[in-house]
Amino acid sequence: MTFTVPEIAWAPLAPVLIVLGAAVVGVLVEAFVPRRVRRPVQLGLTLAALAGAVVAVALLWDEVADTGGTDVLGGSLLVDGPTLVLWATTAVLALLAVLVVADRTSTGEDAFAPQGAAVPGSGYEEAARAAGLQQTEVYPLVLFATGGMLIFPATGDLLTLFVALEVLSLPLYLLTGLSRRRRLLSQEASMKYFLLGSFASALLLFGIALLYGFSGSLRYAEIADAVRTVGGMDGLLLAGSLLVLAGLLFKVGAVPFHSWTPDVYQGAPTPITGLMAACTKVAAFGALVRVMYTVVPDLRWDLEPVLWTVAIATMAVGTVVALVQTDIKRVLAYSSIAHAGFVLTGVVALVQSGITAVLFYLLAYGAATVGAFGIVSLVRERGAVRPGARTGAGAAARVPALASAGSTADVVGTGAGAGAAAAAEDRAGVGTGAGAGPAGADADGEEPPVEATGPVLGEATHLSQWAGLGRTNPVLATTFALFLLSFAGIPLTAGFTGKFAVFSAAVEGGAWPLAVVGVVASAAAAFFYVRIIVLMFFTSPHGGPRDDADEEARPGAVVVTSQGFAVVAIAACAALTILLGVLPGPVLDAVAGVAQLLP
Amino acid sequence: MDVNSLAPLLVAVPLASAAVLLLLGRRSDRWGHWLGLLASTAAFVVGALLLVELLGRPADQRSVDVHLFDWISAGRFDLSAGLLVDPLSLTFVLLVTFVGSLIHLYSVAYMAHDAARRRFFAYLNLFVAAMLLLVLADSYLLLFVGWEGVGLASYLLIGFWNHRTPYAVAAKKAFVANRVGDLGLLIALMLMLATFGAVDFASVSAGIDGGLASTATLTAMGLLLLLAACGKSAQFPLQSWLGDAMAGPTPVSALIHAATMVTAGVYLIVRSAPVFEGAPTAQLVVTIVGAITLVFGAIVGCAKDDIKKALAASTMSQIGYMVLAAGLGPVGYAFAIFHLVTHGFFKAGMFLGAGSVMHGMDDQTDMRRFGALRRYMVVTWVTLGLGWLAILGIPPFSGFWSKDKIIESAFVVPEVGGEWRAWLFGAVALIGAGITAFYMSRLFFMTFHGKKRWTRDADGHEPHPHESPALMTIPMIVLAVGSAGLGFVLQAGGFTTWLEPVTGHVEHHEPVLPVLVIQVVTLLAVVVGLALAWRQYASLPVPETAPEGSALTRAARVDLYQDAVNDAVLVEPGRHLTRSLVYGDRTAVDGAFTGLGRLTVGIGELVRRVQTGYARQYAATMLLGLVVLAAVVLVPRI
Repeated sequence: MTFTVPEIAWAPLAPVLIVLGAAVVGVLVEAFVPRRVRRPVQLGLTLAALAGAVVAVALLWDEVADTGGTDVLGGSLLVDGPTLVLWATTAVLALLAVLVVADRTSTGEDAFAPQGAAVPGSGYEEAARAAGLQQTEVYPLVLFATGGMLIFPATGDLLTLFVALEVLSLPLYLLTGLSRRRRLLSQEASMKYFLLGSFASALLLFGIALLYGFSGSLRYAEIADAVRTVGGMDGLLLAGSLLVLAGLLFKVGAVPFHSWTPDVYQGAPTPITGLMAACTKVAAFGALVRVMYTVVPDLRWDLEPVLWTVAIATMAVGTVVALVQTDIKRVLAYSSIAHAGFVLTGVVALVQSGITAVLFYLLAYGAATVGAFGIVSLVRERGAVRPGARTGAGAAARVPALASAGSTADVVGTGAGAGAAAAAEDRAGVGTGAGAGPAGADADGEEPPVEATGPVLGEATHLSQWAGLGRTNPVLATTFALFLLSFAGIPLTAGFTGKFAVFSAAVEGGAWPLAVVGVVASAAAAFFYVRIIVLMFFTSPHGGPRDDADEEARPGAVVVTSQGFAVVAIAACAALTILLGVLPGPVLDAVAGVAQLLP
Repeated sequence: MDVNSLAPLLVAVPLASAAVLLLLGRRSDRWGHWLGLLASTAAFVVGALLLVELLGRPADQRSVDVHLFDWISAGRFDLSAGLLVDPLSLTFVLLVTFVGSLIHLYSVAYMAHDAARRRFFAYLNLFVAAMLLLVLADSYLLLFVGWEGVGLASYLLIGFWNHRTPYAVAAKKAFVANRVGDLGLLIALMLMLATFGAVDFASVSAGIDGGLASTATLTAMGLLLLLAACGKSAQFPLQSWLGDAMAGPTPVSALIHAATMVTAGVYLIVRSAPVFEGAPTAQLVVTIVGAITLVFGAIVGCAKDDIKKALAASTMSQIGYMVLAAGLGPVGYAFAIFHLVTHGFFKAGMFLGAGSVMHGMDDQTDMRRFGALRRYMVVTWVTLGLGWLAILGIPPFSGFWSKDKIIESAFVVPEVGGEWRAWLFGAVALIGAGITAFYMSRLFFMTFHGKKRWTRDADGHEPHPHESPALMTIPMIVLAVGSAGLGFVLQAGGFTTWLEPVTGHVEHHEPVLPVLVIQVVTLLAVVVGLALAWRQYASLPVPETAPEGSALTRAARVDLYQDAVNDAVLVEPGRHLTRSLVYGDRTAVDGAFTGLGRLTVGIGELVRRVQTGYARQYAATMLLGLVVLAAVVLVPRI
């Protein structure tokens, strides 16, 4: 047996190599660089790597636009137009998300647990916090996840697809569990994400096995050939395709594989939620588009009913359930489910313009998502200061507040049984905030909060806490309103152009009922986006939707000052949202010019 | 510097200045007015450079399309934002920026005591930018942007002193009347889009040449454009706002409501020549509207005692002349624009003169309280007098050259239509000239001649009329020079030939009467009007309170009952309609919507119970979903 050394074209791999290489270097940095300078080094490395990836994509652009792209590593990676667009989108969004991740705000604390391994609420954790420890591993983890996201949509064979899925998922499971506040909620989310993610991975792997059994190959192109030529094994083929699609639909958060989304989005540290919601979705939809357009076309008569069902259910569930949420992160999570449904209408269209539409939509949605979660990470709640504790504003007051944040979540978690802190909201109609968020105030007793004098706690995620934000922080609230309008698809924002593009593609592909459902769902969805805007601008603080008795105990919201990173990211997202809404022409043209998938 | 790089500056400079003044707020109070003046003057200089550039080219290359950026691209529809620099648009640019700069200069002094002077200049700059965008646009859509921009600026400036309710109401009225016209432009835009798939001038013109539109479509388009022109240019039946618009500061009346914005309708009609050429009916309606407004404005002008309102009525009537000329087709286009330019000068000059009189008379506007002012305000008297001679059409002053041509053209038998048109429109134009002479002389004599009829204020303060400061008189003098000589200069300089690349070359047609006869009769009518006015308002004493007058006078004082008609025909039914619509909306639409909302929320409550928080249940949901999906795929197979 002879082994021929494969010819590897390194240049087209540059974006992936830069990101993964930097991730590996990041691990070494953790090991060898002194703790004091670790954070700046890691941050610089991460930002440089992501920016480098964007530059590398730009350098590749002209060649790919001319030649239509190349397959590298014997077809494991297909560097074609859509790949480049997805790489650029992922890298840019990841860059912006990392800026939010890096921001420690005026409180001097980032969004991550000082010591991930510490038991929530334990003395060890408090000691770690007091020592100023921080988990700078976050940055290499983000880079690994991003690397996986780059490979995921670019690959042309199922095995690489699976590997990429794991590379992108595992760091995310970990990152989800690292929240500084509401640690139990965070760990619970991480656990759920891991369990359900593994389940989905297993489905995907099973599907891959069946498809391999059907076609004798893992390459998309060869499977597509086999679909045309091999007869008599439809069972394998259909079951296999369905399972592979299920694995991918899990990642995009489509119904019925969506149930992890709200819990995980809520539990994860908010900057990581932004990264997940934007970049993971980009990568997963990229992979889904490739599978759909290269493998499935000949199966469309069989799979179309499934995809239609999924798309309609996703839009409907995302929209309808978002209407009854009271937690801002859960609203955004359900909104992201609804958006997955909108993008699916473009994917299901199975026409050329569908690819362009999906790619554009992902960029538009991603920009607004990173920005929106960036803003959520800045809106915090203040603990109450007990009348007796005059000097309590300092470190002394922070300790009990922090500890109780953990312990209350614990109490509620076990009290609800099966550790379902997040479930408390959905089951009982009590905001999750009740479960964990305003814990500091809850634990301090029944006294109503003294106006905004206490220490800054976790994020103020209950919608009622966002009431009147437009009056106290007009710029921030206006920017948030911009993102919401983009989500709602109001003209002159990027979201409108994206929706217009996917729905036109759906109509062009003969899926006009999907477009109709999409438009109706958008109209209904606009309701809860606008409701938040009304809440921010036209409701006085504490005048928001009152739901329960715990209203009195919920502390008011305060906006912390960013260190600058998050502001840059949010401003960039806002600029992108407006630019893609007002002048979408150049971007649409550029994307349409290269939106040709390699077989 | 070439046209491509210069043209965008025309719009950008005043716009930037307006933005600076509005954004900096009070910080720019001290120097803001000078910045505004500078921006306007800079735009004029750019316009002058463009003129030199264009004059250096052969006549058929004087139309330059400056591409700015790709604006809208949706399906088959591609629209780029671009500026069209050609003799017509450049004429407007020079008029707007030259008169505009003079009025900026005048306003520095006129508004000196107003706390919000900087804001005033910001709005003026905004107006200049929007007006230049309107005339430079190379498509109807971009024109519409400018169209709305000048409407906004006009609204802001009419209501500049909006702490006085009647002024705010006047601003609103102007805005609403304009909206009616804008609706016409919008529908015309949609019609063009549906018919030609494009809204830029070149494509529309090419589409009409290519026979893409039926005569009926073109007629509809023409009438809609006319509606737009009527709104903006205060033509019958949308003219009622112009009189009230005099609530704005006088420089605004001079610039926006005399010299430039109100003539935008004429520009629109001339620019849309291809549409009207293909729709003779629409063209005839244009002529009729012009003729009606011409007489209408003239009659109203005879009865107004407020100096600014009399001037406003005169503006309406003069624009009626232009619209009449524009409705005559290629014969009249060049003369419409010619008259527009000369009118811009002399009417702006007269408004500034009126402002100067008001300045000296403690903001009194009732002409019955003036009289014998010529000794106290010599410069104002002379400059306003030159404007008066110009509008009367006395040779060799400006108005003679332009208005006489319009009257002559009106007497020409059109290519389509009978000889009766020439006689009718010619006669109307001629009679209009006589009435014009009467009411303008009335204004002039009542103000400057006769006896003093000044009255004390409530606190016994005696007015001390005085000449205005130099900053105000210099623009008046410049405009007066223009009123006196511009017509002759343009005539001698071949102004109509300069416009030919746009308006088209027309062989000279003989009117139904010899030209000399028309000129003599016109002059006779003017002299008769003047003499009547002299007898009535200069030699005989003028009563300080207006006599009751004939039925016609009483009607003319209230704008020939236009407001009453509007109220009865439009406002009241409209009010009832909105009331019933609101009722229907509250009960039926809102009810249905709320019900739908409740239903959706109910479903949401149900669905979210599935979201228990138990990972095992989530996994079960996934599995169940998968089984359902598998069933969807496999069941049809079995």
